[in-house]
Amino acid sequence: MALASPQKVDPANPTGIIETAGRSEWFQSWQRFRANRMSLIGLVAIIFLVLIAIFAPLIAPYDPIEDIFRGVRGVGPSWEHPFGYDHLGRDLLSRVIFGSRVALLVGLVATGISVLVGIVIGAVAGYFGGWVDTLLSRLIDTLMAFPIIALLVVLAAVLGPSLVTTIVVIGFTGWARFARVVRADVMSMKQQDFITAARAVGVRDWRIIWRHLLPNVMGPVIVLASLGIGGIIILESALSFLGLGIRPPNPSWGGTLADGRAFILRFPHIAFFPGLMIVITVLAFNFLGDGLRDAFDPRNRD
Amino acid sequence: MLPYIIRRLLQGALVIFLISVITFAVMRLMPGDPVYLLLGEGEIRISQEQIDAIKTKWGLDRPYYEQYLVWAWNLLRGDFGNSLIRVGVPVRDMIFEAIPVTATINIIALFISLLVAIPAGIWAGVKRNSSFDYTTAVGSTLGVSLPNFWLGLMLIVLFVLYIPEWIGEIPLIGRIPPFGLRSWQGYILPVIVLTTEQLAVITRVMRAATIEALGQDYVRTAYSKGLSKYVVITRHAVRNALLPVVTVIGFRIAFILSGTIVVETVFAIPGIGRLFTDSVFRLDYQVVQSLVVVLAVLVVLINLLTDLTYAFIDPRIRIE
Repeated sequence: MALASPQKVDPANPTGIIETAGRSEWFQSWQRFRANRMSLIGLVAIIFLVLIAIFAPLIAPYDPIEDIFRGVRGVGPSWEHPFGYDHLGRDLLSRVIFGSRVALLVGLVATGISVLVGIVIGAVAGYFGGWVDTLLSRLIDTLMAFPIIALLVVLAAVLGPSLVTTIVVIGFTGWARFARVVRADVMSMKQQDFITAARAVGVRDWRIIWRHLLPNVMGPVIVLASLGIGGIIILESALSFLGLGIRPPNPSWGGTLADGRAFILRFPHIAFFPGLMIVITVLAFNFLGDGLRDAFDPRNRD
Repeated sequence: MLPYIIRRLLQGALVIFLISVITFAVMRLMPGDPVYLLLGEGEIRISQEQIDAIKTKWGLDRPYYEQYLVWAWNLLRGDFGNSLIRVGVPVRDMIFEAIPVTATINIIALFISLLVAIPAGIWAGVKRNSSFDYTTAVGSTLGVSLPNFWLGLMLIVLFVLYIPEWIGEIPLIGRIPPFGLRSWQGYILPVIVLTTEQLAVITRVMRAATIEALGQDYVRTAYSKGLSKYVVITRHAVRNALLPVVTVIGFRIAFILSGTIVVETVFAIPGIGRLFTDSVFRLDYQVVQSLVVVLAVLVVLINLLTDLTYAFIDPRIRIE
């Protein structure tokens, strides 16, 4: 870790103390995070899953769509095919490996969209207040009052199921909770002296939001985001499971689970493996999120 | 109190109005013409006049805002219209047939969850960092990480395929059917699935709230008065710790659809979740838009009820 020790003062930057203090805040959080074994396991598992997703074509022993084996429909696990075959005779391991791409892509990108939209709307509502806030708050309320999966089902049916639809729909419906947190934080913070000072010297509104307010609300947003990714991966697989997410024959965990449901009493292994991968992935993100929450929690500060 | 309720109801009405407009608009954007679905595409030759006649009959030829106003006005009067697909069946009947099914499995699941999760959460909070606490923490993280549809499928495999093979008939229970609710045994697996997730969430909340309450000054005061640990925990800490659980319960009831949509598909249960997905697939506008509005009303009312319950249990909370 690039942590300057307090004794050494950089001759080029004698006032480096301020920067060191800022950095050590994050460093302390990292130390608290590192002390939590479960969250470290989660982090390692996520890195591992990301590598699997990136190098899927190199790792997967067969092609997930093209390689269809004859006469082995629904045959269970063996040494050559550790996860067995699916209901059409495709190698299940290869399909599950490629399915990780969909889960992680949707989980990360959709969360990214939600966070971005949530931050912008929350910051605008909290900073400007007045009728802007009233309007945006009602919008947030409306979205929070909407059973999100119902909205997803309807929108996916309207727009036609595909990877892009899934990401966009989940991303643009999930921002309300981020907006709520950012709004509340910005509202309480804008009363503080450093904002008044910035305003007094004539800093523009957008710059105040961007440079002074947002960096201070990032902690809770990061925690909320990491805890939310697991839920989004479950949502994506639920949509694919209902036939409204990733279109077959493209491999996704939810879609493979739906194949498995149709043959659940004849070939139970088809549903077992993709579901197991979902559980591992979601658990990893939840452990990571728990660790981050504890690490960022000001009450845990030494 | 009353002005507060009225203000909240007005805000709720606005939210419901927005939701109804959004739903109505989105449903009109759906691909496919319900007229063709109604008649079965390509099966019967139909003339343009017949199509027009059907559109006129259902009001589908009128401008959208007029269609919306007619629909909204009818909804306010309690008339949800007729299903476009199951011809002549009132939407209200379909919804009211489905609600008891969904309500039954959810109420049983919620009841069991509360019965187990509240004591477990309190115990974990009181015995913080004990092995029991650690086990519940891992267990509840696992509980929220299990996709309910996968859990359901695995339970079917376990209870329908393997257990009868290993031990034959399960004592007292007998055969568990994989799908449907035709016998009481059919309720077992869906209830387990719904319970698992809630159990995890409520235990977590209860534990956190207990720890929070135990750190408060009034607990120290109670101890210093010489009250026994048991009395301090039950009379002082738990009472306050129950508040957040009320929120979670309200949230669970309000979002009943989110929890059951997939579970009802897995177990082929004819509840509101199934009705909803089926109607989306069949482009049955009338059912989908009515159902969404009904559920939005439920969310708004339950949220208000939750806040009022808060004020009722906790005299420190003043509603203005």
